[in-house]
Amino acid sequence: MSPLDHKLLRDLWRIKGQAAAIAVVIAVGVLLLVMMDGLVNSLVETKTAYYERYRLADVFASVTRAPRRTLDDLAAIPGVAAVEGRVNGAALIDLPGQQVPIRAQAVSVPEFRAPALNDDYLAAGRAIDPARQDQILLLEGFANAHGLVPGDALTVTMNGARRTLEIAGLAQSPEFLYTTPPGELAPDDARFAVIWMNEKALQAAFDLEGAFNEALLALGRDARLPAVLEAVDRILRPFGGTGAYGVENQMSNRFLTEEINSLRASSRAVPPIFLTVAAFLLYIVISRMIESEREQVGLLKAFGYSSAGIGLHYLKFVLAIAMTGAALGCLLGIVSGINVAEFYRAYYKFPFLLFRVDPAAFITGFIVSVLTASAGSFIVLRRVFALAPATAMRPPAPADYSRSERLGGVFRALLDQPSRMVARRLIRQPVRSLASTAGIGAGMALSVAMLSLMGGFDRTLMLNFSVIDRSDVTVTFTQPLGSDAIYALQRMEGVLVVEPFRNVSAVLRNGLHTYRGAINGLVAEPELNRAVDADMEAIYIRDDGIILAEALAEILRIAPGEMLTVEIQEGTRPVLQLPVAGVARSLLGSPAYFELGALNHSLGEQNRVSGAHLRIDGAYGDVIYDLLKNMPAVAGVSLKSDARASFETLMDTGAGAIRYIMAAIAGIITFGIVYNSAQIAFAERERDLASLRVIGFTKGEAAFVLLGELAVITVVALPVGSVLGYYMSAAIAAGFSTDLYRIPTIFVPSSYGTAAIAVLAAAIVSGWLVKRNVDRIDPVAALKTRG
Amino acid sequence: MRNGSKAPREPAFKVEGLTKVFGTGHSAVHALRGVDLDIPAGELVVLLGPSGSGKSTLLNILGGLDHATEGRVRFFKEELTAMNDAQLTRYRRRDVGFVFQFYNLMPSLTARENVELVTEIASDPLDPAEALALVGLTERLDHFPAQLSGGEQQRVAIARAVAKRPTVLFCDEPTGALDIRTGRSVLRVLQDVNTQTGATVVIITHAAATAEMADRVIDFADGRVREISVNEAKVSAEQIQW
Ligand SMILES: Nc1ncnc2c1ncn2[C@@H]1O[C@H](COP(=O)(O)OP(=O)(O)O)[C@@H](O)[C@H]1O
Ligand SMILES: [Mg+2]
Repeated sequence: MSPLDHKLLRDLWRIKGQAAAIAVVIAVGVLLLVMMDGLVNSLVETKTAYYERYRLADVFASVTRAPRRTLDDLAAIPGVAAVEGRVNGAALIDLPGQQVPIRAQAVSVPEFRAPALNDDYLAAGRAIDPARQDQILLLEGFANAHGLVPGDALTVTMNGARRTLEIAGLAQSPEFLYTTPPGELAPDDARFAVIWMNEKALQAAFDLEGAFNEALLALGRDARLPAVLEAVDRILRPFGGTGAYGVENQMSNRFLTEEINSLRASSRAVPPIFLTVAAFLLYIVISRMIESEREQVGLLKAFGYSSAGIGLHYLKFVLAIAMTGAALGCLLGIVSGINVAEFYRAYYKFPFLLFRVDPAAFITGFIVSVLTASAGSFIVLRRVFALAPATAMRPPAPADYSRSERLGGVFRALLDQPSRMVARRLIRQPVRSLASTAGIGAGMALSVAMLSLMGGFDRTLMLNFSVIDRSDVTVTFTQPLGSDAIYALQRMEGVLVVEPFRNVSAVLRNGLHTYRGAINGLVAEPELNRAVDADMEAIYIRDDGIILAEALAEILRIAPGEMLTVEIQEGTRPVLQLPVAGVARSLLGSPAYFELGALNHSLGEQNRVSGAHLRIDGAYGDVIYDLLKNMPAVAGVSLKSDARASFETLMDTGAGAIRYIMAAIAGIITFGIVYNSAQIAFAERERDLASLRVIGFTKGEAAFVLLGELAVITVVALPVGSVLGYYMSAAIAAGFSTDLYRIPTIFVPSSYGTAAIAVLAAAIVSGWLVKRNVDRIDPVAALKTRG
Repeated sequence: MRNGSKAPREPAFKVEGLTKVFGTGHSAVHALRGVDLDIPAGELVVLLGPSGSGKSTLLNILGGLDHATEGRVRFFKEELTAMNDAQLTRYRRRDVGFVFQFYNLMPSLTARENVELVTEIASDPLDPAEALALVGLTERLDHFPAQLSGGEQQRVAIARAVAKRPTVLFCDEPTGALDIRTGRSVLRVLQDVNTQTGATVVIITHAAATAEMADRVIDFADGRVREISVNEAKVSAEQIQW
């Protein structure tokens, strides 16, 4: 081994603590990148594989009643590869001990074959016995939420008839990964069920003998979706078709896709920020390390080593640190990626997980680490190479005191000797001081941003469930009802306010931009479920135009005053041209508000409502739930407390859950940066400090000279970090916002306070660690060698 | 080898009008103010003069470690002052051995490895252990600089300089930190290198007595040559009277 390689290994060993600290910061930056990439890729891969294995349909179409022979016509549409017709009906499940009946969806399973499309995965128990009409498979998530097992009986009301059914087995399906109670946004395992049942039995229950009410189609490779949808609609229109839609608009898939997109968005937005901060630290620390090798570089040059040879030596040195960090990051990224993906697998209820990381993530991690480390060393080396070896070898460049001397009088008057030394060094090396300040500031910004993000999540929930939605209970009807239903609700004892609404599913279109959602008809001055502007002030609902959620306005690229095409998906399916009257701040969901009367009018109907928000007297809660449960027209009752809990769960276990990991990583990086700044300052000053000890400074005074500098830099970094953090939180919050919920960029003072305390704590711990090093300086040994 | 008989020698260095100014403006330091001299090849030359008179500066320029502000330096047929960095690097690697005033050992390398650092890139070096034996360090090959006394570190530095068999050997106060006995043995090594390999040796020293072993003594003051004297009665290092 060449002597330079000996030097390399020994130098690495000598600075092992610091090298490890740098490597860890780089490692967690790369870890986040690899982990997020692995997570997103794996979810996409797993989803695709799951859909394929269980043959999820590409097109869904509901009809009132179509004879089974229609399926042949559907199969004949060019591009259609497979067809299945089934019965899909609404059901209510009565569980002992549950105040509100639980809504369910009953789907048919062919008697003697597996469904051609939308197969289910039997997770427990047995398949349905074709000879038995009263056996069902129950959605596993729901069964688990209520402790139901195969063999249990279930009381189900379908089409007005109450029956007792036996659970044969528990099933999962790619069609029902997400089960969202109708009228709600967040999925909730406990409050929505799916049952699979014998086809003949379901046909009988819904008066659909020899018929189906839902067609499923799989498409061939080169089918054109719009053409197929059009053909399906044409064939099914006579049978009451409500419009075919592609799998991208299928509820569960749409939700899952949105979740994965949101993870992808945060995986693109956030890790680069973390990696940049880590790279910045790497750059600062590496350049200062090389700077401290100046005399040795000069010596090597004096011996006749070429610049290229010396450059290579130091490149190996910094790459050893940077690549160790990057490799560690890749490794840990895979490990944590697998764990996080497994968490999401369980959450999304995939029966299996295919883990995959894109090599690009590793490559990016390595390139960023290698480039910043090499840049850090080369920029310094170039400067040193420009010096004559005689100059480079001289003990540290003669300090230019002139800048601080101008303040000399002030210094002498105000500061004691050690404080003057701190002040001089800061002023004499402004670039270095600024770089340290910026480094610590960037670390703090990361913590500020992550804490603000946490605050943003809480804020979203708080605002939605206290400012926007102020109801206690929301009732939805099985079909639009007249005003009698509202009077019935108003007459109930304990009901204080009733606010009717009508939701109509619709496709919103602005040129090429479309959104399949709903028009939310509200009363003109809603009290219980309001539209609010950016200042959280109520917006009145208009009858001359639509008020769009800002998320929706963005998707549709539309602004107030412009015309929106609204294709109503119910009744006579009118197509309306309506102006956008305003944009509302929405935090959850993407509503489009229209005045209730005007909505009914444009549908050619009067006083129809699809449900109502209620404010109730808490004391009458149980009585009211009981009454509602027995109203035949009521499809569902959702309590705000349940809805809020569902959303909290979604944010804490869905795509938003990743924020906890990110916050932990932000903390590690912040600490790493502060610690590294302290360590490098110590390394640079070790000999000076030894001199101070020799000329009679106490350990405390020597440490003060070093720690005073760290303290000043840390304190100056706090405001820098706050400002940087504000902008960083905007970027990160945007990365975390989804179609389903938006995370506002908010100024949460406590985030800044907490981040500042974290930085100060990191500085104190680092200071304490460095102080121990100062105490351990052996003045004689440190002064004995030069070079 | 560029040694030869005592007959008239070709100059190893020919210095003309050499000046060196550090810094600019009113903080400028004129370290060399027009130096003219010849250093014949194969001689042992001693450079005397008060501290701050520019001796180290001159040596650094001769050794290719620093650039002159003005003037010319010729090394045999080549002009050092006209060389670019790559040429100077080659010159240092091929021809120059340097013993620095402040030892300048790599703290993370052992004595032997510090010598290897130079022999690694030399074309026909001594064995590092042999070079260290030359300066009387046979026992402490694997000690780190921090484990060696000042004198021992200086001897490692000398072993490092002679191990490459340089054409010219520059020594900046090589005995400054040494006691008389060690100082003498170090000087003896330098003298041996001069006589046995024919290397030109230039030694800066404060100890005027060292001049007794020199072929030529250059007296330096205030950035100029004050006097050059040729020593007809050279003595061996052991005979120097301190
Ligand atoms: N790199 C430098 N920058 C500024 N001044 C220098 C530098 N090197 C030497 N000097 C100054 O040049 C003069 C000559 O120095 P030097 O050659 O080291 O003297 P000597 O070796 O004779 O003691 C001194 O005044 C010294 O302070
Ligand atoms: Mg000197």
